[in-house]
Amino acid sequence: MELRYSDAEEEFRAELRTWLVATLPSLPPEPPREAWVERRRWDTDWQRRLFEAGYAGLAWPSEYGGRGASPTEQLVFLEETTRARAPYVGVNFVGTLHAGPTLIAEGTDEQKSAHLPRILRGDEVWCQGFSEPGAGSDLASLRTRAERDGDHYVLNGQKIWCSFGQIADFGEFLVRTDPDAAKHRGISWLILPMDAPGIEVRPLRTVLGSSEFSEVFLTDVRVPVSNRVGAENDGWRVTNVTLSFERGTAFVSELVDTLRLIEDLAPLVTDAGHRRELGRCTAEFDGLWALTKRSVSQAARHGAPGTAGMVTKLAYSEARQRFGELCLRVLDRDALAIDGNELVEERLRTLALTIAAGASQIQRNIISERVLGLPREPR
Amino acid sequence: MDLELSDDQVALRDGIASMLGGRFDIARIRAGFDRAMWDELGAAGVFSLGADGFGWADRVVVFEQLGVACVPGPLVAGSLANGLVDGIVGGIDRPSPGERAFVEHLDALDHVVVLDDDGVWALDARAITGDLSPWPLDPLTPVTRVAALGSGERIGDAALAHAWVRHGAALTAAIALGLAQRCTDLAVEYAATREQFDRPIGSFQAIKHLLADMLVRTELARAAVYAAGAHLDDPDLPGLDRAVAGAKVLAGEAAIANGKSATQVFGGMGFTWEVDVHLYLKRAWVLDTHFGSCDHWSDSPALVTP
Repeated sequence: MELRYSDAEEEFRAELRTWLVATLPSLPPEPPREAWVERRRWDTDWQRRLFEAGYAGLAWPSEYGGRGASPTEQLVFLEETTRARAPYVGVNFVGTLHAGPTLIAEGTDEQKSAHLPRILRGDEVWCQGFSEPGAGSDLASLRTRAERDGDHYVLNGQKIWCSFGQIADFGEFLVRTDPDAAKHRGISWLILPMDAPGIEVRPLRTVLGSSEFSEVFLTDVRVPVSNRVGAENDGWRVTNVTLSFERGTAFVSELVDTLRLIEDLAPLVTDAGHRRELGRCTAEFDGLWALTKRSVSQAARHGAPGTAGMVTKLAYSEARQRFGELCLRVLDRDALAIDGNELVEERLRTLALTIAAGASQIQRNIISERVLGLPREPR
Repeated sequence: MDLELSDDQVALRDGIASMLGGRFDIARIRAGFDRAMWDELGAAGVFSLGADGFGWADRVVVFEQLGVACVPGPLVAGSLANGLVDGIVGGIDRPSPGERAFVEHLDALDHVVVLDDDGVWALDARAITGDLSPWPLDPLTPVTRVAALGSGERIGDAALAHAWVRHGAALTAAIALGLAQRCTDLAVEYAATREQFDRPIGSFQAIKHLLADMLVRTELARAAVYAAGAHLDDPDLPGLDRAVAGAKVLAGEAAIANGKSATQVFGGMGFTWEVDVHLYLKRAWVLDTHFGSCDHWSDSPALVTP
């Protein structure tokens, strides 16, 4: 076991720091949160800068324009950009971290060359159409229909929780192509051009008042069959392939941010009980940081993060909510106005963490079945 | 950067686990600590790892396995005092002045090592007298109530005492991690076989979720304990005290919480003397009083900037 980074990794870190110091001051001011057109321009401008500096698609293989970086370099990149308060991945999230990696793993040569370079350069923004009003934790029960009509699919249905749906160019959509098959076996993965006729995007308002998520209504939307990624009815497997690209680094930015917020909160603490809880929070987030390093070490050693990686999402999201609750209690009546106070916003924002991308209860089912080997839930 | 066990550490872990599994089955553990146990652990190199060239990361891996096996005795004191004090060595860290102290395993000891703000002191155990508790919290950790410890030979300065608190906290956290791991294993094994309502109880979400949380606590504690070991091996890196404090908090809490959850999963049987779970939970409570409790470290400047 070794905490120090290799000379090559430290060199990578130093180059990145130099670039961040030179680049960040030249960024235009961040647009208002709800100005989606401006936000898209700002986030994709950042992506373009990353691309030109050779930092876009860090974990992508070099043959697809990525850097082919090691899991540890990926961790260093996220750690340094977050510490430097560089822009978050923002509207590029789905393209660079989910749809892009899926295309790399499962796309045809045409699909790859049409999309991957544009995603990396920030020319193309993607959204995700997986969840439906009736298919949340039980995602495989999704009902949006795709019926074959010659060399097209005709889509009808409703999606929900599409991040950045209102400004996306393309969407990764899961649709039902065989309603008679078992629910996991009748799903296909489609590239949906978001400007196709019959698509209506309605922003949702979250508990924060923000509107980064949308509902998407599909009425007789025609999509070429050539937009399907993977075989027909094999979409469930295709979407599960994607997860392997984060290699234990999924929560690096979040952890670095939380450790900063803990430092911000510390001077405000006067109560001995709060102080003890903050000490406990610090231990917990230091532990999560060590757990992340362990996942990344396992990914570097064995190709995939092991048990450490399986528990990080659950442990992080629950811990971050406890920290958010502590923030409100420390601030007391100063918490009654958000007004840009990150420590107040923290409590509201973190409500989503134990729900999105696998609710804590689903995470516990998965951990108890896949790691502990207990009997499976009905599926 | 690498917080995964090396091949050598895997071999070290498996070697000690196999030695403990072969010689220290639960019947022997339940018979309590004695000189033979001390000698066998000593012969296996448990106390002399530092002198034998092993690092702190290696040592926490070994002590984790002592926790898994629920090995009783003054394991941490024996490791810290190795080479400095002869015979079976027990210890007390930072006794409150003027108060009556509990000494663990006194009847089995040759020496008692006391850590305080002035340094490290070695006392002749046979010169210490007191009342042996007829009913200790942990049946495998006998305690003697001592009116006065008396004075002994000063074997180290305040800096050594400070270092030993740090080292002791890390090794104690490692044992606690092993307790947390074993409680999880015992509970999972039981939940998979115990049937109620015509199904294994491990098929019910109410039970599965308890078990999943036990695993989460164990993995988090393991990461923190290994990171603390790696920090001790590289003390020039910033954050050493914070890493050790965090490990003691997370592993200590995991051991206690997993002991409670395992008791719950075992149901009525969990409240019996026969099922081993109570031995793990009781040890977890004992270890929380060693080298700073979870509350002590949570309050400390190591974890919260004053």
